[in-house]
Amino acid sequence: MDAQSSSQSSAPRGSQRASAPDSARPVLEGPDIARVLTRIAHEIVERAKGAGDVVLLGIPTRGVFLAQRLGAKLQEITGARIPVGSLDITMYRDDLRMRPPRALARTDIPAEGIDGRLVVLVDDVLFSGRTIRAALDALNDIGRPRAVQLAVLVDRGHRELPIRADYVGKNLPTSLRETVKVQLAEEDGRDTVLLGAAAAEETGER
Amino acid sequence: MMRHLISAADLTKDDAVRILDTAEEMARVADRPIKKLPTLRGRTVVNLFFEDSTRTRISFEAAEKRLSADVINFSAKGSSVSKGESLKDTAQTLEAMGVDAVVIRHGASGAPFRLATSGWIDAAVVNAGDGTHQHPTQALLDAFTMRRRLVGRDAGLGQDLAGKRVTLVGDILHSRVARSNVDLLHTLGAEVTLVAPPTLLPVGVGSWPCEVSYDLDRVLPASDAVMMLRVQRERMNAAFFPTEREYSRRYGLDGERMARMPGHALVMHPGPMVRGMEITAEVADSERCTVVEQVANGVSIRMAVLYLLLGGQDQTAQQTAPAPATEEK
Repeated sequence: MDAQSSSQSSAPRGSQRASAPDSARPVLEGPDIARVLTRIAHEIVERAKGAGDVVLLGIPTRGVFLAQRLGAKLQEITGARIPVGSLDITMYRDDLRMRPPRALARTDIPAEGIDGRLVVLVDDVLFSGRTIRAALDALNDIGRPRAVQLAVLVDRGHRELPIRADYVGKNLPTSLRETVKVQLAEEDGRDTVLLGAAAAEETGER
Repeated sequence: MMRHLISAADLTKDDAVRILDTAEEMARVADRPIKKLPTLRGRTVVNLFFEDSTRTRISFEAAEKRLSADVINFSAKGSSVSKGESLKDTAQTLEAMGVDAVVIRHGASGAPFRLATSGWIDAAVVNAGDGTHQHPTQALLDAFTMRRRLVGRDAGLGQDLAGKRVTLVGDILHSRVARSNVDLLHTLGAEVTLVAPPTLLPVGVGSWPCEVSYDLDRVLPASDAVMMLRVQRERMNAAFFPTEREYSRRYGLDGERMARMPGHALVMHPGPMVRGMEITAEVADSERCTVVEQVANGVSIRMAVLYLLLGGQDQTAQQTAPAPATEEK
């Protein structure tokens, strides 16, 4: 349950040293993440021919911070303010009944709405695709976008549904026994993507 | 989180804050074009009302429907209960139909507890008011209203009501709302004062976690929220005060008294109001009176409670899993 995990160390540290626990190995560091987001922002502008009607919706928790960063980069590129919001998918999950009730996160749709716009969903890790399926269901109850696209920081494979990302920060071939953990300064105090050996409970989370 | 919601006293501070936080997110569903979530699809909830109610029953029904549960309404009038069926037989009938949750209102204090603990039924039980005992969802929605108004919508997330001074005025003796509120507000860290004529205070009120006063005018200037309670004539079989006029002169809230409250203080009422008795029309229609807001918040709170009781792991699976301590993660 990442919504409640670690709200430790509020001071963001600039150091890129991998003080990672156990065998977790960093695959993306702070500057890499910044470069990747810049690239995705340019791709969005290119594909959307100027990003005039783009709305970024981050999926809590870390997708929201990524969406905010992407929004800032898009603003730098286009000069226009890009609406950024969040979309909580907890109530639409297909595994709700397999676990104790989860805490809800914020759904915050920008005032411009999503009707007739190009919605770009933003998440940290794309894995089974079930989160995105839930997000599409949730969007359906909120409005009717012109189109929906998906941007993720890491695509680790192992899809269980016919879903693919339009913008991928890094393709990361993994085994099912490995874990991918994204840490962002806003939540975890530093920017990094860690690839670790299996901590059994994480498997199948996403 | 537990399996049933019987009494506000059963809730820990963490439970209560969690329900309020969940309700805050649920409240946002009401602003959307499609006010529905798929969360309880395929779950059946029975509203078992042995006592009259408009507000609570409609509120629960709205909450259940917004979460996509299948709703069955049952009222004692026109059912087999009027033919003499017992609670046990009614419960077993519901069990046989495969009900996932029962929302029960009953005139007898303790009926929901009996239903939850007797083994007659496997469903989650939510108390929607039992006799003069408890009405936990009302206390939760009152606390939610106070937190929203006194702390703030977003600023309130994760917060309790520490240090807030709440005054409950009126028929404490017959009021399950008062009992639930005293329990919950104490848990959330608020300071509660009860104001009533001595005849309308229950025996043993001294052991409750609150102050007691007979003088409304002295308490008002030091209140962040004042909750007026209805005088429950239907439960009264003796003379508790000389005349209605005297009661409302000493314990009613009028414009003049309201002016003595601090500028930010709220006037609350669980409804139904008796205008001219415990509250004047001037106060009831004023900006500071949150009665209508409380009704709207009631739907959000009930959605939160139903989600937390039913939205997670299957009840039967939860029962067979013995270690509840590890469930949190």
